Amino acid sequence: MRRFVIGQAKNLIDQTRRPRPHHNNIRLLSPLASDPIPVSSSRFFSDMTGSDSSSSLPVTIDSINPNVLKCEYAVRGEIVNIAQKLQDDLKINKDAYPFDEIIYCNIGNPQSLSQQPITFFREVLALCSHTALLDRDETHALFSADSIARAWKILDQIPGKATGAYSHSQGIKGLRDAIAAGIEARDGFPADPNDIFMTDGASPGVHMMMQLLISSEKDGILCPIPQYPLYSASIALHGGSLVPYYLDEASGWGLEISELKKQLEDAKSKGITVRALAVINPGNPTGQVLSEENQRDIVDFCKKEGLVLLADEVYQENVYVPDKKFHSFKKVARSMGYGEKDISLVSFQSISKGYYGECGKRGGYMEVTGFTSDVREQIYKVASVNLCSNISGQILASLVMSPPKPGDESYESYIAEKEGILSSMARRAKTLEEALNKLEGITCNRAEGAMYLFPCINLPQKAIAAAEAAKTAPDTFYCKRLLNATGIVLVPGSGFRQVPGTWHFRCTILPQEDKIPAIVNRLTEFHKSFMDEFRD
Amino acid sequence: MSLKALDYESLNENVKNCQYAVRGELYLRASELQKEGKKIIFTNVGNPHALGQKPLTFPRQVVALCQAPFLLDNPNVGMIFPADAISRAKHYLFLTSGGLGAYSDSRGLPGVRKEVAEFIQRRDGYPSDPELIFLTDGASKGVMQILNCIIRNQKDGILVPVPQYPLYSATISLLGGTLVPYYLEETDNWGLDVNNLRQSVAQARSQGITVRAMVIINPGNPTGQCLSEANLREILKFCCDERLVLLGDEVYQQNIYQDERPFISSKKVLMDMGAPLSKEVQLISFHTVSKGYWGECGQRGGYFEMTNIPPRTVEEIYKVASIALSPNVSAQIFMGLMVSPPKPGDISYDQFVRESKGILESLRRRARIMTDGFNSCKNVVCNFTEGAMYSFPQIKLPTKAIQAAKQAGKVPDVFYCLKLLEATGISTVPGSGFGQKEGVFHLRTTILPAEEEMPEIMESFKKFNDEFMSQYGDNFGYSRM
Repeated sequence: MRRFVIGQAKNLIDQTRRPRPHHNNIRLLSPLASDPIPVSSSRFFSDMTGSDSSSSLPVTIDSINPNVLKCEYAVRGEIVNIAQKLQDDLKINKDAYPFDEIIYCNIGNPQSLSQQPITFFREVLALCSHTALLDRDETHALFSADSIARAWKILDQIPGKATGAYSHSQGIKGLRDAIAAGIEARDGFPADPNDIFMTDGASPGVHMMMQLLISSEKDGILCPIPQYPLYSASIALHGGSLVPYYLDEASGWGLEISELKKQLEDAKSKGITVRALAVINPGNPTGQVLSEENQRDIVDFCKKEGLVLLADEVYQENVYVPDKKFHSFKKVARSMGYGEKDISLVSFQSISKGYYGECGKRGGYMEVTGFTSDVREQIYKVASVNLCSNISGQILASLVMSPPKPGDESYESYIAEKEGILSSMARRAKTLEEALNKLEGITCNRAEGAMYLFPCINLPQKAIAAAEAAKTAPDTFYCKRLLNATGIVLVPGSGFRQVPGTWHFRCTILPQEDKIPAIVNRLTEFHKSFMDEFRD
Repeated sequence: MSLKALDYESLNENVKNCQYAVRGELYLRASELQKEGKKIIFTNVGNPHALGQKPLTFPRQVVALCQAPFLLDNPNVGMIFPADAISRAKHYLFLTSGGLGAYSDSRGLPGVRKEVAEFIQRRDGYPSDPELIFLTDGASKGVMQILNCIIRNQKDGILVPVPQYPLYSATISLLGGTLVPYYLEETDNWGLDVNNLRQSVAQARSQGITVRAMVIINPGNPTGQCLSEANLREILKFCCDERLVLLGDEVYQQNIYQDERPFISSKKVLMDMGAPLSKEVQLISFHTVSKGYWGECGQRGGYFEMTNIPPRTVEEIYKVASIALSPNVSAQIFMGLMVSPPKPGDISYDQFVRESKGILESLRRRARIMTDGFNSCKNVVCNFTEGAMYSFPQIKLPTKAIQAAKQAGKVPDVFYCLKLLEATGISTVPGSGFGQKEGVFHLRTTILPAEEEMPEIMESFKKFNDEFMSQYGDNFGYSRM
């Protein structure tokens, strides 16, 4: 049951009732209770005059769900809003800025930075969008033969070939079959299409699980720190408690079972029932790829403590180092001999990442194993209220999990595109990592996977003081300065949480390769002048 | 070992309490029977394309080109795509920041939101601000987002019509709020009496409920009635007096089958009423690409427009939207096309009008066929489907049937609908899934089966009903309203 924590909500609102410069949009990091930074950063609101004077209106800031007020999502927060304004202004005031474009390195949105979609996938999608094409002779001249064949195959799996109809609430059966087959081919262990729930991206699946697991703030979810803020936001929205476990930066963002145990006990002593453990592998923002041994320990931990393992594996195709390999938690659990009765595991996959980068299509699924049929019914029921996920995204998810095979007409070009993108990402990850490590006071762990670099920046005292004076978190202060000097958009580490007293920022590896040298130069120049200004 | 986290007992109670009959027991049974080889006519959900309605050609052409932009580089593209589809595809691709595969602004592409605002302005005659229009993955997601902002705890009540589309009851349940019902008057063509509203609110308040919002579904689902302008004025004044935010579910605004009461948006009526109401009443209006004559359910495209919502609240709603990153871009393009369809003079105009009119006129005819078919049965009373996509006949069940249902452990209308399904393959949703007055039973079916199949379907229903009535009827004792 939701609780209306009046005091907490009022506090949050009171903190923010300070006159602010006019700003259309807000958002920033909420000063989280455990962070020792001064509660100063923060919320910039639009012009206060007259906006909320009609407090008798039903829906005002004072009367909306306090869980909404509590939740934060920095990936699209304050810095991005400033960037958008700069971008608009650049169009008319080109000469006013020391840069001529804004480069968005804040969000894992590859195709917005000129990454091309996989041709075969889009051929199939276009044919499924407008099935009349399949009846025309000219189509053979415009589309590859195997994309036409695949489109037919998919359409045959859709009742009436109606791609505009609501599907089964778990997703079209034939597509789930293809996904299950893909999972089996990947892992060497069978997958059941009935365990698959297709969603508009992986994020709605995470929300669904939080909804199921969280009944009150006494329900806790173990989340990695640093974490992708979908988890903290979702937990806040559902009125639960985030139980942090710290990844160890010094050991390449390693996950220690001892840390898990410690945090679990700590939570229990505070009266929190920990329900699940969220693991992001490869990590976001941290990029580490877990070793198999580590994964086995995690599986055992969840089994022993009766926790649901929420395995966020959306970056499973993004691994850049030869000494690491992605292993799904399902595979690890099954290879340990653990079956349906041993561990509750929810594995999330998305079409937004990998080498396909189809963020805007909103496609993904969760594979839910190790729970009873009455629970499955509940998951189905919640999924059914939204009827189904978008069909185009469903089709893409099935293509991602069963792409062209050797011998297929499109295989060569598909592989070339895939490897081109992945090898480029690996190069960009390396280039940026090296460049960042050269900067004074910055250390950057390598990006073993995912799409980000998360360097640690040792900010001088003077800079921290200046940030405080500006009522901004120090890493946000740095990122804002960086944006204004270079046009590069990053996300301050506070958006992901970090060990108190440390500062980071997250930068994607996604700008096109030819832009990387310029980015490196600008960053280097800016950092030098920043340090010149604030060096102790 | 103690309870595991995902054991049934430890699930969130709100999840266990929520119900969504549209894909509930009847649908699951129908799916089972279908697997066993029985021919099923799915009339349980407003899903036009699943029942043979063809997608409109022009939008599919545009989106296909957007899916595969390399086609636009091919010199032969003009052979299989008309020029206006090609230029429209280019227009929408230009509005994106990287094609269909890039996250858009969390509120939706600014260019599409501008087109939606222009549509609203043309429709209503009042300006509309794109900044107050958010695109969503279907209107349902928008409804959930807004209710999530409003409902704080179980003391918060939402006024919902009975019968209602169970998205509302399910969502309120999931969010831990309280549904405050107001009954629509079946004998008055499912009319809305403001006195009923007042009564419902008073009763809720006496139980310590803070009524926060009122939902209207116009045209209605499952009831199909179109609200008159006078009725809308009453409702808006009521919301003003009672300090309620009005949630106007207008997803069926294109589906109007009579001429006495054309669709008029809540926003237009509000603006017509002038100050102070037009500046005070908080209103959120919902629309979709899933219904109308488009029927593009599978795309998951919708929007909501906010009126008189304070800027800081808008920011919070934006914040929550941003966690989901962005609505799917293909559906945003469908939405753009829906609000700015081909114009006279465009190459595709004639075909577009022909297809659209064809669908709407057929829906109008089917609404009539179905209503008349139901009314030809002695124990069935059916209000005419003025709008939307459903028929919601009242089935007067004899006492013997009600007893038999009890013995079978089923609610009477569920019992009837299951028997109907097993005998004829017609898969409906029992009225209890939508709410109804005590002792009164309905079923909801759609008017979507193909026109040529309608007579046979109504025959099939009549045959079943007659047999049911002779099995359970006694000619005198059936439930009367």
